[in-house]
Amino acid sequence: MTGFTLNGKPVSVDVADDTPLLWVVRDTIGFKGTKFGCGIGMCGACTVHLDGRAVRSCITPVNAVAGASVVTIEGLDPQGQHPLQKAWVATQTPQCGYCQSGQIMQAATLLKDYPNPSDADIDAVMNGNLCRCMAYARIRKAIKLAAAEMRGASA
Amino acid sequence: MSRLDKLQGDAMLASLMSRRGFLIAATGTGVTLAFLRPGFAASDAAAVPVEQAFEPTIWYQIDRDGIVTVNITRAEMGQHVGTALARIVADELEANWDSVRIKHVDTDPKWGIMVTGGSWSVWQSFPYLSQAGAAGRIALIEEGAKLLGVSKTACSARNGMVVAGNKSISYADIVRKGKLARTFTADELKALPLKPAADRRLIGVPTQAIDIPSKTTGAARYGLDAEVAGMVYARPKLPPTRYGCSVTSIDDAEAKSVKGYIKSIALDDPSGTVPGWVVVFADSFYAADRAAEKVKVVWTTGAAAKISEKDILDHGVKLIEDLKTGSMVVNDDGVDQIFSSAKTTLERSYTTSTVLHFQLEPVNALAFENNGIWEIHTGNQWQSLILPTLAKALGVGEDKVVLRTYLLGGGFGRRLNGDYSVPAALASKALGKPVKLVFTRADDARFDSPRSPSVQRLWMAFDENKKVVGMEHHATAGWPTQVMIPVFMPKGKNGEPYDPFAISGADHWYTVGAHRVRAISNDLANDTFRPGWLRSVGPGWTNWALESFIDEAAHFAGVDPVAFRLGLLDAQGKNAGSAPSAVGGALRQANVVKRAAEKAGWGGQLPKDTGLGIATTFGQERDMPTWSACVARVKVDRSTGVVKLEKLTLVVDAGTIVHPDGALAQCEGAALWGASMALHEGTEFVNGQVRDTNLNSYTPLRIRDVPELDIEFIPSSEAPVGLGEPATTVVGPAIANAIFAAVGARLRHLPIRPDAVLKALKPA
Repeated sequence: MTGFTLNGKPVSVDVADDTPLLWVVRDTIGFKGTKFGCGIGMCGACTVHLDGRAVRSCITPVNAVAGASVVTIEGLDPQGQHPLQKAWVATQTPQCGYCQSGQIMQAATLLKDYPNPSDADIDAVMNGNLCRCMAYARIRKAIKLAAAEMRGASA
Repeated sequence: MSRLDKLQGDAMLASLMSRRGFLIAATGTGVTLAFLRPGFAASDAAAVPVEQAFEPTIWYQIDRDGIVTVNITRAEMGQHVGTALARIVADELEANWDSVRIKHVDTDPKWGIMVTGGSWSVWQSFPYLSQAGAAGRIALIEEGAKLLGVSKTACSARNGMVVAGNKSISYADIVRKGKLARTFTADELKALPLKPAADRRLIGVPTQAIDIPSKTTGAARYGLDAEVAGMVYARPKLPPTRYGCSVTSIDDAEAKSVKGYIKSIALDDPSGTVPGWVVVFADSFYAADRAAEKVKVVWTTGAAAKISEKDILDHGVKLIEDLKTGSMVVNDDGVDQIFSSAKTTLERSYTTSTVLHFQLEPVNALAFENNGIWEIHTGNQWQSLILPTLAKALGVGEDKVVLRTYLLGGGFGRRLNGDYSVPAALASKALGKPVKLVFTRADDARFDSPRSPSVQRLWMAFDENKKVVGMEHHATAGWPTQVMIPVFMPKGKNGEPYDPFAISGADHWYTVGAHRVRAISNDLANDTFRPGWLRSVGPGWTNWALESFIDEAAHFAGVDPVAFRLGLLDAQGKNAGSAPSAVGGALRQANVVKRAAEKAGWGGQLPKDTGLGIATTFGQERDMPTWSACVARVKVDRSTGVVKLEKLTLVVDAGTIVHPDGALAQCEGAALWGASMALHEGTEFVNGQVRDTNLNSYTPLRIRDVPELDIEFIPSSEAPVGLGEPATTVVGPAIANAIFAAVGARLRHLPIRPDAVLKALKPA
């Protein structure tokens, strides 16, 4: 049994220790917003927060998160109205949408570290998140829009 | 016009419109607009049992609360198609947009042919969805007039209300109180007065896409998210070659150590889709994945195990040089005479490598039998193509198979070929339980129907004034349509069939004198893998060759590449254009060329080793031309050969734009796909398999590679055409032409790699 906190609630799962967190979150517990893309940590579709930091859940074994706090896209904001989520809608960023949970979770970490990110900051942090629809220009725009709102809110 | 396009469009329109009337009737739940089944007299609606009258085809309903629900038969894969199609209905219906909902439907024969590809959705749907909306508006006005006690000529409809002077009644009230029983014959439908473009209130007006909010919260449901009680998970073990393999033995001794492992089964596939496949079952996907790595299968292997990329390309060269092969798609009189009497001629060859779809959601399907019906839960672009194959594989009638609809985690043409659903269905049948078959990324790449490698050779004939007097374009590649649906191949001028999607683009709108286009199926490619339709299909490689060649011809003739193109885009003869979708012909292509050149500062001063290159296409098919032009600006590093794509300027004339921001997003994505295929991605076959199966070596464009984008649509009220793919077709050749402009290196192979640039830079 491995216990951890998922989206603020304690969970306990009985799966093989090396089971990737991705499949535990999706199939054992049932939060489907986190996606499977490459399985080797190079597309970012499976990005979740582990104790507040973006990690690739497809290469994170569940026993590595014992006692930790995991947040998925479903837990980012109770109403789905995180400034990034609002900005993603305002800029009409998603196309197929499959990568966007991961993009948003990665961007949330970016904005913690860089409240006013430059293009170079965005390139550096977001380059690991593949968008096959190539909605990149809008992802960049949405990050800047959300950053502005968050700076305004915290000012 | 491509044959498939004609068949699809004609079949749909014929089955849905021409032979049927149109019925509007109120029921307990609301008003449904339906096409009558053949056999029912449209003029005798009262005699039609209401429940039956709603079949077979229904486009939208208005319920007692005035909610308009539009049924969407096209797959949602990022193009926000439901929003665009619902806007078409709602505009003519004069619905209140806030009351409009969309419903992506499952397969049912009543929908006619279900396909989402070719950038056709808006173009094909616009006429009949407009008429459906107009029919509803007329019926609501007539009934609203009765309820208001006024003449129908005194009424107008707007924003979900019928209005007469200071009186008004909502659509909801009309549905609740009225007796809607208006019918339309097919002829009446055709004659319905559609709104003039100036009166449109939704089409062309900015709006937000209905599907987007759920894609930001994790709520959106894709095929991978489908579940049913009692299902087991499975991963396939793919044989060494696509065809010709059979299982000799399965040894799962080691797999038995994996907790949750159930068993491994060799599939028996009457449809021949997955020969030699083994499926590994477990109680979780992770267990199935781990067990699959431990299961040892011995196969007899197909001949393709000895075939690599160079063999396919070399075979293509041989096919091109054997003039007895292929289909003459265009074959004007006098081509040979023109070339033999020409003052000068130019000959060039171009090639492209294999490209993977790499849609981010690996293919997958959930399959199970439910009360005698096989349910296939998966994202798919061409349900009507795979249903008969599924039925054959399962040994049941097509009426016993239904595809449940989900969002697609990327389509790009991959899911036009629904082959991935077949092993899921067979696995469920073999195990007797619901099976969720999930491909790993590497499985997905190996089972892809990739864009075929291609070989092309072009010739141009010039007279003594360097005027173009003749042209030939010979192209060979694997043909997806030949492999997957050969009945849709039209015949060329020599009676030989050809895959229209593998040659479109070569039948261009330039006036070049005597013109010949020859399309040749690369049988070695077809035997090695299953060629796929990948975003724009053939125009992705035909225009690579054509627009690079036109550039070379311009330089050969000593004319500026923009001026050279404009000179050939004179709209004379067969290039004059015609209704319904190609009004204006080559003049509209010339217009986008001029506009793109102007916006990009063509002819201006640029820094050292920086260049502008232009390319122009008509998108995909002559009967649905999306007039496109692109200017690329690149900077080339002479020491490394690295090409930095700095900016793309695109100008597109797609006629009426239904959903402007959706249209822009499609062009942004398609343009970057073009850039990715030109500079970043691409693979090769090695011994019957693609070399690159994951992101450690397959390297699509990422955020830091994105150039500045400047995309403009020409304002137009002409017929709407497609936008999902056309922008992919112009970018590659624009980049290559820009590289030549920057440093004088001519690249003739896609993708363009730094070592090829360095080689081209070396003095001969």
